Amino acid sequence: MSAHLLGMTAAHLRDAVAANEVEPGAAVRASLAHAAAAGAGRDGLNAIIWADAARSTREADALEGRVDRAQGGRAPHGSGRELLGVPVAVKDNIATLDLPTTCGSHILEGYVSPFEATVVARLRDAGAVVVGKTNMDEFAMGSSTEHSAYGPTLNPLDRTRVPGGSSGGSAAAVAAGVVRVALGSETGGSVRQPAAFCGIVGVKPTYGRVSRYGLVAFASSLDQVGVFGATVDDAALVMEVIGGSDPLDATSADVAVPPYRATAHESVEGLVIGRPREYFPESLDPRMRDRCDRALAALEAQGAKVREVSLKHTELAIPVYYIVAPAEASSNLARFDGVRYGLRVEGDGLRGMYEATRSGGFGPEVTRRILLGTYVLSAGYYDAYYRKAQEVRGLLAGDFAEVFASGVDVLFTPTTPTPAFRIGAVSDPYEMYLNDIFTATANLAGVPAMSVPIGRVDGLPVGGQLLAPHFREDVMFRAAYALERALGEEAHR
Amino acid sequence: MAVSEKDVRHIAALARLGLADERVGALVAELNGILGHMEVLSKVKTGHAVPVAGVAAGGMPLRKDQGPPLPLGRARDHFAPAVRDGFFLVPRLATHVGAGAAADAEAAAELDAELNEDVAG
Repeated sequence: MSAHLLGMTAAHLRDAVAANEVEPGAAVRASLAHAAAAGAGRDGLNAIIWADAARSTREADALEGRVDRAQGGRAPHGSGRELLGVPVAVKDNIATLDLPTTCGSHILEGYVSPFEATVVARLRDAGAVVVGKTNMDEFAMGSSTEHSAYGPTLNPLDRTRVPGGSSGGSAAAVAAGVVRVALGSETGGSVRQPAAFCGIVGVKPTYGRVSRYGLVAFASSLDQVGVFGATVDDAALVMEVIGGSDPLDATSADVAVPPYRATAHESVEGLVIGRPREYFPESLDPRMRDRCDRALAALEAQGAKVREVSLKHTELAIPVYYIVAPAEASSNLARFDGVRYGLRVEGDGLRGMYEATRSGGFGPEVTRRILLGTYVLSAGYYDAYYRKAQEVRGLLAGDFAEVFASGVDVLFTPTTPTPAFRIGAVSDPYEMYLNDIFTATANLAGVPAMSVPIGRVDGLPVGGQLLAPHFREDVMFRAAYALERALGEEAHR
Repeated sequence: MAVSEKDVRHIAALARLGLADERVGALVAELNGILGHMEVLSKVKTGHAVPVAGVAAGGMPLRKDQGPPLPLGRARDHFAPAVRDGFFLVPRLATHVGAGAAADAEAAAELDAELNEDVAG
């Protein structure tokens, strides 16, 4: 029975719960039991680092009152039943009232937020139950989930390899079958890259589509809450629940959230899919290219038109990203100083306390990025680095605007240049940064993007990336669903 | 534009990060390695390109000059390292400990000098 519940899509599960065919707490119990059996916790995959099974079970049982027998299992938007009884996992940089929010860092060890993120409140309002907080690279700075103060997360498909990052814990929890859906966060690819490495679906919404209230800030002009799903439908359902403006986040946009699931099944006939040549360089592994070509052929077979396009500034994305993001991080992370929350390490007076706290609380990658960001913002270097990066960011955003204005509906690219690498295999910081080479562009331009499984290389999953114009997640989901349906089991071999 | 040990110590001070001496050399190499890859940007002709600081579609909307009440579920003493009477407690400035009026003036001058150096740096 447990395995059966965890194998159901989130929509099927909530329908069954809403129709009183499955007890509201049954799937949450199954999820907690499977997490223990699969070793999802600290002594196993290290995907889930904070959990309170008794509390989650009590919450799930309390959903009984929401089962409306008169409605016969219907769960329309706003009914409080859109995710009734669905277990979810939440990245450790998204504030929850009941569980710690540590951002994978010692500096926030033991911190429990006095408020809840809007996305978590919306999940709970829809009947979902948080079953754990997931591991991550410290303050979301990393592409492997090796840089967590609580140890690395292992890829459930091959435990000698990384799950990707920075939202590696959420991706691993979905891939291990503990939950169907999970929340992550995106600054340069931190949902799409781990989704590709773990063989699942990962969505980065348009900048402004989802409230960031309660998401611990890393780089505010780039950050977005993202969604993992076992399938396109799972991810689309969660996006319907968490999307939309929020008075608590001034950057959230007042743009209506369309019913993604209702339109995802529409035909892709006539849809124009751009294939940007810069994402298919000569150096790309021919097997990655082959999986991408197979995916594009599957879309063409359904009537989509594939067109070669150019996003000519793509190669500049990583230098721009690794100036802009650390610059913003150096400012955002100034708040962790031992005064208002988290760790305090006594030092010589106030300044000594600041320095002792921050050097004792931050790990090496976060320290490196704070220094890098402080440097590019400092007098004498601001114009050469930060201002220049902002100007080139404008060119990168312009590339997308131009290609979408030319009649392209969605773009298709590989999500990553390679499948998951071995734990410890990448030690050079810049080499690690290059993992974001195909993903950081969407964050810099603010457009929505997602990764869907398109097959395996060396027995490891690889992802294809779909990108769409601002607030056109509906078109992106339509193409993703068509791809998922066309590839079927081939997406996982 | 190579980063020196002096630069690393300076930006660490600006960022309020204490660095062990043995870590400084490694950071010089790491930062120079990363910044070397950024040099490609200097060759890009940006002409009249407008610097882009954010990508919010349609820009930031105007809102009423008031926010909603912040729903804090716990008092400060549940999450702050040190609180008294509802205020965050911080250590005294090191130069102020045990200070009289003359020492206070000296400490203030030292602080001014430090801040000026930060701004000039």
